[in-house]
Amino acid sequence: MLQFRLVKKGRNILGEDLAKMLKGGVIMDVVTAKQARIAEKAGACAVMALERVPSDIRAQGGVARMSDPKLIKEIQKAVSIPVMAKVRIGHTAEARILESLNIDFIDESEVLTPADPFDHVAKKDFKIPFVCGATNLGEALRRIDEGAAMIRTKGEAGTGNVVEAVRHLKLINREIAALKKMSATQLAAYAKKERASLDLVKKVKDLQRLPVVTFVAGGIATPADAALLMQLGAEGVFVGSGIFKSKDPAKFAHAIVQATVHYKDANVLAKVSTGLGLAMPGLEISTLPARMQERGL
Amino acid sequence: MKVGILAFHGDFSEHKAVLGSLGITSIEVRTVDDLAGVQKLIIPGGESTVIAKFLRETKLDRAIIKRVRRKTLSIFGTCAGAIILARKITGRNAPKSLGLIDITVDRNAYGSQLQSFEASIDVKDLAKSVDVAFIRAPIITRAGRRTNVLATHKGHPVVARQKNILIATCHPEVRGETRLHEYFLKM
Repeated sequence: MLQFRLVKKGRNILGEDLAKMLKGGVIMDVVTAKQARIAEKAGACAVMALERVPSDIRAQGGVARMSDPKLIKEIQKAVSIPVMAKVRIGHTAEARILESLNIDFIDESEVLTPADPFDHVAKKDFKIPFVCGATNLGEALRRIDEGAAMIRTKGEAGTGNVVEAVRHLKLINREIAALKKMSATQLAAYAKKERASLDLVKKVKDLQRLPVVTFVAGGIATPADAALLMQLGAEGVFVGSGIFKSKDPAKFAHAIVQATVHYKDANVLAKVSTGLGLAMPGLEISTLPARMQERGL
Repeated sequence: MKVGILAFHGDFSEHKAVLGSLGITSIEVRTVDDLAGVQKLIIPGGESTVIAKFLRETKLDRAIIKRVRRKTLSIFGTCAGAIILARKITGRNAPKSLGLIDITVDRNAYGSQLQSFEASIDVKDLAKSVDVAFIRAPIITRAGRRTNVLATHKGHPVVARQKNILIATCHPEVRGETRLHEYFLKM
């Protein structure tokens, strides 16, 4: 009965509910069970289980795939908070494997090497919820139409450079605001141009926000970065390489969690930013040989 | 009457929306000072490990316990909020609870997100067919003698009250359901 309703509506309502419970929180990339415990203790609201953090994927190159289920199971055993894991864009078989592992959320991620040059995973066919990346409103709408229960900015993963996450969040917000002034004809043209359903476009126009929880990801490396994005309207933060590539991961994890919750309180931000030690090394976007954000539009 | 919502993390804006639909303005509580003028407090869903950590770090845990003992504060906790309020929490990596209602809860007892579900529950002397979502929900494995179980689902207590503490292991707020909030406001 429930399955039927979820499929009929074309939305993963229970997944959208779980995303609501994550709001105001930090989701941290972890590559071992030990890191997962550090993340949970520091106040992460979920962990993303993967074999290599984005900065290592970027440095080492090659094809990046779904993690070994053995690693994911170890991480599931280590923590009590939700466990997420990544599949390659369009890799339905990897998604079925993760679903059978009973994880909590799948990230269909541009950080891994895309598997399908035409389509994303048909997410409506799954009971497990998906989070997908977006660089602008059109992309976010297409992913929601496909059944995504949560959206995150793509940013530029593994760079420790926050500029692309800021760009994507601002673009999404500006494009939502621009819908307000559009006539019915313009809305229909916009939906067609963006290959999004008109119903969804109208809904976003009315709500003046995406109908699903919207986090930021890609390049967040310091507590101040997390606070900046929360001030711009993000509902929570994914941190990839920023924690476990820093000098003192437990301290960075704690500080970023504090900054995400107390993003309006400059005194708290100053306190948690003090004496943190070295953040992850950063990269200038214009020097990158490959931009992950351009995968799977 | 001033209503506060503990707003570190979780679905506090959904609770705010339900209260708003009832014409109630609420404030977000993040510090001991925020709590000062509040008579009703909602602890929302989210991760209990995260909420417990912030309660401890801000010393709101002690302030809340003191206010409840003085009978100047009523609390409604949903899901993670129910866990935080319980006397005892079982399950892996359990956080420290406030111990304000005599129940034992087993965290994430149904399993992972794939075992999340929605249901319609009947609340004793209050309302029939209340639509709720159980999201990675806990199970109440023991309810003390002084705990009044108001609703059950498949044999497990899911809504309960002890004096000025009301808990639900599920989420009425994500379904726009207002009746439990109305009951809480009158408590």
